[in-house]
Amino acid sequence: MGIIQASKLVFEYIRRDEEGNAEGITRAVDEVDLDVKQGEFVAILGHNGSGKSTLAKHINAILYPTEGTVLVDGKDTRDEAHIWEIRQKAGMVFQNPDNQIIGQVVEEDVGFGPENMGVPTKEIWERVEESLKAVGMYEFRKHSPNKLSGGQKQRVSIAGVIAMHPKCIILDEPTAMLDPNGRKEVIRAVRALNQVEHVTILLITHYMEEVIYADRVIVMDQGRVVMQGIPREIFSRVEKLKELRLDVPQVTMLAHELKKKGISLPDGILTTQELAQALMQ
Amino acid sequence: MAIILDHVSHIYEKDTEMAAFALKDVCLTIPDGQFIGLIGHTGSGKSTLVQHLNGLLAPTGGHIYFNGRDIHEDGFDKKELRSKVGLVFQYPEHQLFEVDVFTDVCFGPKNLGLSVKETQLRAFEALRQVGFPEDYFYQSPFDLSGGQKRRVAIAGVLAMKPDVLVLDEPTAGLDPKGRDEILDRIAALKEETGITVVLVSHSMEDIARYVDRIIVMNRGSVLFDDIPKAVFAHYRELESVGLAAPQVTYIMQALREKGLAVRTDATTLEEAQREILRALGRDGK
Amino acid sequence: MLRDITLGQYYQTESLIHRLDPRVKLVGTIVYIISLFTFQHFSGFAVAALFLAVMIRLSRVPFRYMVKGMKAILFLLLLTVVFNLFLTPGEPLVQIWKLTITREGVRLSVFMAVRLTFLIIGSSLMTLTTTPNNLTDGMEKLMNPLKKVRVPVHEIAMMMSIALRFIPILMEETDKIMKAQIARGADFESGNLLRKAKAMVPLLVPLFISAFRRANDLAMAMEARCYQGGEGRTKMKPLQYKKRDYLAYAVLLIYLVTLAAVRIAEGMI
Repeated sequence: MGIIQASKLVFEYIRRDEEGNAEGITRAVDEVDLDVKQGEFVAILGHNGSGKSTLAKHINAILYPTEGTVLVDGKDTRDEAHIWEIRQKAGMVFQNPDNQIIGQVVEEDVGFGPENMGVPTKEIWERVEESLKAVGMYEFRKHSPNKLSGGQKQRVSIAGVIAMHPKCIILDEPTAMLDPNGRKEVIRAVRALNQVEHVTILLITHYMEEVIYADRVIVMDQGRVVMQGIPREIFSRVEKLKELRLDVPQVTMLAHELKKKGISLPDGILTTQELAQALMQ
Repeated sequence: MAIILDHVSHIYEKDTEMAAFALKDVCLTIPDGQFIGLIGHTGSGKSTLVQHLNGLLAPTGGHIYFNGRDIHEDGFDKKELRSKVGLVFQYPEHQLFEVDVFTDVCFGPKNLGLSVKETQLRAFEALRQVGFPEDYFYQSPFDLSGGQKRRVAIAGVLAMKPDVLVLDEPTAGLDPKGRDEILDRIAALKEETGITVVLVSHSMEDIARYVDRIIVMNRGSVLFDDIPKAVFAHYRELESVGLAAPQVTYIMQALREKGLAVRTDATTLEEAQREILRALGRDGK
Repeated sequence: MLRDITLGQYYQTESLIHRLDPRVKLVGTIVYIISLFTFQHFSGFAVAALFLAVMIRLSRVPFRYMVKGMKAILFLLLLTVVFNLFLTPGEPLVQIWKLTITREGVRLSVFMAVRLTFLIIGSSLMTLTTTPNNLTDGMEKLMNPLKKVRVPVHEIAMMMSIALRFIPILMEETDKIMKAQIARGADFESGNLLRKAKAMVPLLVPLFISAFRRANDLAMAMEARCYQGGEGRTKMKPLQYKKRDYLAYAVLLIYLVTLAAVRIAEGMI
């Protein structure tokens, strides 16, 4: 059974005008089915406003479905009795690094989750140490978060989630506010967690380069899942992605254009080396 | 008509033990009508540099000239300068404050002391230039989508009718389509009005696609200042300072290594495509 | 421009004072402040000054750094001095126009200036050597008895700690918005008070919106990390008195006794 299971998930909210009168109903998530297995790395792609963040917030029981169900490790998110258990099992990292760090010192922030869970002091220290080491931020444990770069701050946020010993981590556009180097740092840390610690990863992003390493890519538009498959399948449909306000890496785009010009190339080329190899054959 | 930076240095927290060079002996000329890309990793001094262009920060050493006059000499009209050198900060939508979009865009020209009529004309024109739909002119800016807010904020600066438009990462946080839309608008604006544009960006692909000159900053100094092809030819040095060349440059390198006789200086998709087709003997014949 | 206020911002270094339990530092600071107002003679000041000097030395915070932080409140200090100087009745010394400086006035204003300076340095010594988190922890623990009368002690401490964390972020943001509006021709400096107040709108509205957005994000992030108030919460760094803390209390006591002794001795002469 999957660690995250959503079936026929619908989320609606009421739009209001300036006087607070209801103007209409917006369906942000529309009949989404999702089944994520333990240890899987799933990427969710979509343009701004496609419903991907709203979906993510359901898994951590921040939002509740209007219709349908979300099960995390077999527990219904709407069941009040399990809410804290669900939040511990499905940790969440948000977009803005400044707005999710609570501690004034790196190690204190990482300890925040375990403190809330009532973990004994000695074990908190052990968890903080292993989590900071897992994201390569251990040497910064005594620093103030304000002095860190964006990528470092996000790695601290990830450590803060790992310290709660979750079964899966949902990252809601963790790189949107970072520079290219910060983005690489964060993605590297996320991949390591998935490969070494076998943590289930749900990565939400609109950067295509970041989903290349995912086991599975889900593309959302207008609250629905419109494409699903391994990265190579998804990337082979360049025109469709463009239609969905998305982009492909330059190398994939180049391969696509060359193909249109009649050069025979395989579908969904993802890396520079692949293209060079294919062209030389 | 140009901005000239003459041996400009800037030290933060001067006279304290924390003193640090943000800019170090920078000499640059920004003539009219260029489309300039300004790149450098975080902390390289680009943000400090752009804040010098409109006098928000004063150099701790050296001089800055706008149209031949030192902008920090007595009696120089800073307000006038700021209307001529428009600066769009990162996440500019965070400065919106008025009750509706149109009034917010009017803020800049109003501060210049223009007549109501002229102010409104300019606001209207600026919103048209960024492609903002007229239906939403009297909406609260806070109800708009991220991309639309960004357009309003850029219009707020354009309404001052600057000769030089400086944009600090205007596409940060936008999705790919939103990013292309904004950049295409800026490129069109440049074509239409001949305005000088300085674009700060982390995306080498975007830079390569739009600009005709690149300034690379590193540790507060200018590392390279040349046309894109020439700058990206130094891709190894760029990597050593935390930057990179566009992906196509690496593709061309890889092809060359594999033995395909291609020129390696392509920086845009179109160039790369043309060059590969040529090397494969398939160039449209 | 706003970053110049160093008053009370934690200064990271290793020292005995840094390692003390925050409760000791809190109690010590309060006692010290009260003690400043209990004496009238020079000898009392000498004892207080000596005590403060020793503490500063032990804290390893550069004295220059502390003084730099004082600039912000220099105005307040001057105001107090001026008021005391001119408004204290007594034996006239100098007369300038309608203002009289009295012997008592001079004495009082010197005393007030010294007291205020000691008070500020003393309390900033506490905040300079204690991380805000530690400080709020200390307050929480000291105020713990108040829980019985339904004072939300944990919540107050958490609010303070969050506020302290966001001060530098919001300051930077203020700086940025201000610059952005100046770039759009805004003028925050000239004009009368009313105009200046009006000019603040383009700064304050975005700042409030941003603060609310951050608060919202932060609340969500805290909930996502299982925050549910003080109930059932454990501590990563629980406060525990060590030998040095008892020693520090002893030193504090010695200071008070010395002060009292000096006062009595002074009275006998």
